[in-house]
Amino acid sequence: MSKANETEVGGARVKRGMAEMLKGGVIMDVVNVEQAKIAEDAGAVAVMALERVPADIRAQGGVSRMSDPDMIEKIQAAVSIPVMAKVRIGHFAEAQILQTLNVDYIDESEVLTPADYEHHINKWNFTIPFVCGATNLGEALRRISEGAAMIRSKGEAGTGDVSNATTHMRKIGGEIRRLTSMREDELYVAAKELQAPYALVKEVAETGKLPVVLFTAGGIATPADAAMMMQLGADGVFIGSGIFKSGDAAKRAAACVKATTYFTDAKVVADASRGLGEAMVGINVADIPVPHRLAERGW
Amino acid sequence: MKVGVLALQGDFREHLSALGECGVTGKLVKTASEIAEIDALIIPGGESTTISKLANSFGLFDLISKRITDGMPTYGSCAGMILVAKSILDPASGQETFGGIDMQVRRNAFGRQTESFEVDLELVGISGAPLRGVFIRSPWVESYGSGVDVLGSLEVDGKSHPVAVQEGRVLATSFHPELTGDNRVHRYFLEEVCNK
Repeated sequence: MSKANETEVGGARVKRGMAEMLKGGVIMDVVNVEQAKIAEDAGAVAVMALERVPADIRAQGGVSRMSDPDMIEKIQAAVSIPVMAKVRIGHFAEAQILQTLNVDYIDESEVLTPADYEHHINKWNFTIPFVCGATNLGEALRRISEGAAMIRSKGEAGTGDVSNATTHMRKIGGEIRRLTSMREDELYVAAKELQAPYALVKEVAETGKLPVVLFTAGGIATPADAAMMMQLGADGVFIGSGIFKSGDAAKRAAACVKATTYFTDAKVVADASRGLGEAMVGINVADIPVPHRLAERGW
Repeated sequence: MKVGVLALQGDFREHLSALGECGVTGKLVKTASEIAEIDALIIPGGESTTISKLANSFGLFDLISKRITDGMPTYGSCAGMILVAKSILDPASGQETFGGIDMQVRRNAFGRQTESFEVDLELVGISGAPLRGVFIRSPWVESYGSGVDVLGSLEVDGKSHPVAVQEGRVLATSFHPELTGDNRVHRYFLEEVCNK
């Protein structure tokens, strides 16, 4: 019989595989135990534990950091679904802390204030898998080369405005499709233009997809938003402020879960959209001055 | 034979391609009429709470449960193993299972994601080199009835825990063969379980 001490932990396959298990699901931002339970009851595949949702980070300003370990552990104790948590871009010590807490995934997130304006975390050094944001294919592949096991669009977090997530999903999808139509000898220049490692560019050109799971995030607030993102090629959806900044959070959460599964069935999405109460009021991305746009963070 | 892969949530596409590599064109199923038409079912890895809640809210739960009870060959990996268990030791609030194998499972038995691992496994009915088992927040079988065949186990701290089991036409594994490109478990399901 095999013994568990002959095992290999923290390899790329179990890290990327973890994200495969989240596909077709909704990951919800929660700030306390009560919200985490609502998310789990609504059918969320995971929760993101953080002290302030992006909309509040935006409203309150100041430096935004990793959450208090006590708060994360309370949420871990309250639900059985995976618990993710965020660290600042480049802040490897925050990531080391989250690894000791045994969170299931770390989001190296532009929603928090960056800790390093040049380097991201070397994610290969961790047994915990990382998800990172991207606005285009080159950025996604740079994060994967640093060890990210899952990618999400950045969108524009905390706005309830889905337009940037749409732009990023279309951009990533479009650039992948462009690579698949190239001659092999054109991929060298493509890698240079994407500022991404050639081996990853070649892999994407051959397979027609990212080597890791691609979720969408940033401004998704309604079942229809979730359905559109899934039709644009997302493997699943992160909803940050959109649920718990709305009227009936439990109902909206369950509705977004349904729409993410039955995204091609407009009738199901229509039914899910009924009587959800007030949606997150939101901010138009165009009204946010460029220096305050979170999607600009990360390089 | 029409083999369906339950496509409510999880890595159903990986199971579909594993079937394809075995020469079987599977079908993703997520409505009552689609489930009524299939001859065999694979329940993929994913979040068992999410899959059971979705099955409940779309009225699929009793249908799937009845089809399994009526003898439809079924294979569940990881979350799928939880869903074909008779009971769960530590269910989330309101979490139910379809049933199919007389066993009780422990969810996330090996721990959280940092404890997820790969290991070589010897399985009854699978010949050749050991099979690479990929365990991601996986369950194990805590206890089982006399009609259940244990095909493979893993020893943790001196105690043996079944990680691959079969009862009649229902097969379950704690691990994810669909992530490895090694299709021997899928072949076993198609050749040995479906024809039983």
